Amino acid sequence: MPLRLTEIDRSLLAGEEGAAAASAMAILTAFAEAVGAESLLDISQAHIDGCLYHGRVSLDFVERLVGLKGRVCVPTTLNVGSLDLIHPELVAISEDDRAPARRLMRAHEELGCNPSFTCAPYQSLNRPRFGEQIAWGESNAIVFANSVIGARTNRYGDFIDLCCAMTGRAPAWGLHLKENRRGEVLFRLEGFRASLAPSDALFVAVGLIIGARCGDRVPVIEGLPQPRDEDQLKALGAAAASMGSTALFHVVGVTPEAASLSDAFHGGASHRVETIAPADIADALARLSSVPDGAEISAVCLGTPHFSSREWLRLLALLNEIEPRRAIPIYVNTARATLRSLDPEALGAVQERYSVIPVVDTCTYVTTILRDLGGAVMTNSGKWAHYAPANIGVRVAFGELEDCLASAAAGKIVRGPL
Amino acid sequence: VIRRARAYVAGDVEGEALALASPLSFWGGIEAESGRIIDASHPQCGMSLAGRILVMPCGRGSSSSSSVLAEAIRLGTAPCGIILASPDPILTVGAIVAHSLYDLDCPIVVCAIEGIASGDRVAIRTRADGKAEVEIEHAPLLPHAGEGINF
Repeated sequence: MPLRLTEIDRSLLAGEEGAAAASAMAILTAFAEAVGAESLLDISQAHIDGCLYHGRVSLDFVERLVGLKGRVCVPTTLNVGSLDLIHPELVAISEDDRAPARRLMRAHEELGCNPSFTCAPYQSLNRPRFGEQIAWGESNAIVFANSVIGARTNRYGDFIDLCCAMTGRAPAWGLHLKENRRGEVLFRLEGFRASLAPSDALFVAVGLIIGARCGDRVPVIEGLPQPRDEDQLKALGAAAASMGSTALFHVVGVTPEAASLSDAFHGGASHRVETIAPADIADALARLSSVPDGAEISAVCLGTPHFSSREWLRLLALLNEIEPRRAIPIYVNTARATLRSLDPEALGAVQERYSVIPVVDTCTYVTTILRDLGGAVMTNSGKWAHYAPANIGVRVAFGELEDCLASAAAGKIVRGPL
Repeated sequence: VIRRARAYVAGDVEGEALALASPLSFWGGIEAESGRIIDASHPQCGMSLAGRILVMPCGRGSSSSSSVLAEAIRLGTAPCGIILASPDPILTVGAIVAHSLYDLDCPIVVCAIEGIASGDRVAIRTRADGKAEVEIEHAPLLPHAGEGINF
């Protein structure tokens, strides 16, 4: 079936809304044909993962749209770039690399994008509603929007997310359509005690397991305890999308399209049933750490995906309970909007006792921020632990937030009660 | 031999085929500066795609492959054309973007790829209606043609 275009699509393509929109529409229709879509649909907002510099083509593409006086036509947020524009001294890169990276971020702003520079736009900015059709890039943002909110997006990426934002249209295929949101693989937690606590590590481990075993199929999880908050579902989704290409998961009794097992499978049965046992959880977590307990650490990295306000409050409260002994820096990636919303006195009080370093607009695993890589780095993020060794060449230990903070105080990896 | 194909990105080119036994992610799999395959797990790691007609079953991997293909086209290290057995939106976007920015062609067509071997002379010709043809002139079979993968 060939791609059917509406009158509005054709006028966009013909340049009646400007040359920039016409150029975006030409790319979008070629993409739609390649995915086999029969038509395009309206989107209400976009999130662009285009601010990391992949070579001159990244910048040429955006500069051309700027030169053609293009503007995004739906509310559009930006994912992280390679720089912290608020605290530029944090990122150690040469001026030759800094200039195009900064220009790439600024050029997106000139197209009318919100300079949010966060991978968690769902926390502070354009949080979509259930059922809303959106075009989002960045794997954790995509899986959160689909799974935790019930908004509808495919895994958009390079160039196409921006083409959707410039035209307000997306191909009607994949997860935009209800029939493709049905669960495909059932993951059942078995062998856990009835009082299983919703620890952060449990959610990370389940994410890693479904990502590894499921590819791009839609997993349904049964037997997870009620999460403490949506940050745990954020961590699950980010881990799944790092290990595999999960764009949507359902948790029975928790996420909005899975009030019951039957709802998650749209009344049908699952093709495949997988078991997650306590040993699988322990194994998935053990694989995240490449250094033994007791090893020296040089830093703690939190906030991948970006720390929410709720996570900040938890962090500050925990730090008030621990006596610092070593000055191990604790880097916290967060959105600039989230940082602005914090009580500066509460943050300042903790910073007198601890080296808490907020990082905005970017993330400690995509750019050169950590000063001392002599020891290992501890993190509470499955995503950070998965990517950082290859990206920035560090040895990593994964732990609960409490363990990360106790380790920062001790200067070495410690686990257990504070 | 002439095969009918469907064009996803237009252009007319002729070149020597490089047939890949398994799909390749351009992101993490190709070095844009040289056009070489750098994915150590790929059986044809080390070979160069530059100026060849890439033949593979389908695309694979991250959407950042669009940027890598477009950057390679800009640098002149990309394949001169791509023949796939099933359409790939990510490579399609990379080639369209490079065409619109730099007016450089890297046609992408979909057709049956059985029987196209590395070393074959291949011509891709696309038409305005989206139809295309792929003309294959088989290379003489040499026993030491190490990189030849016959489907």
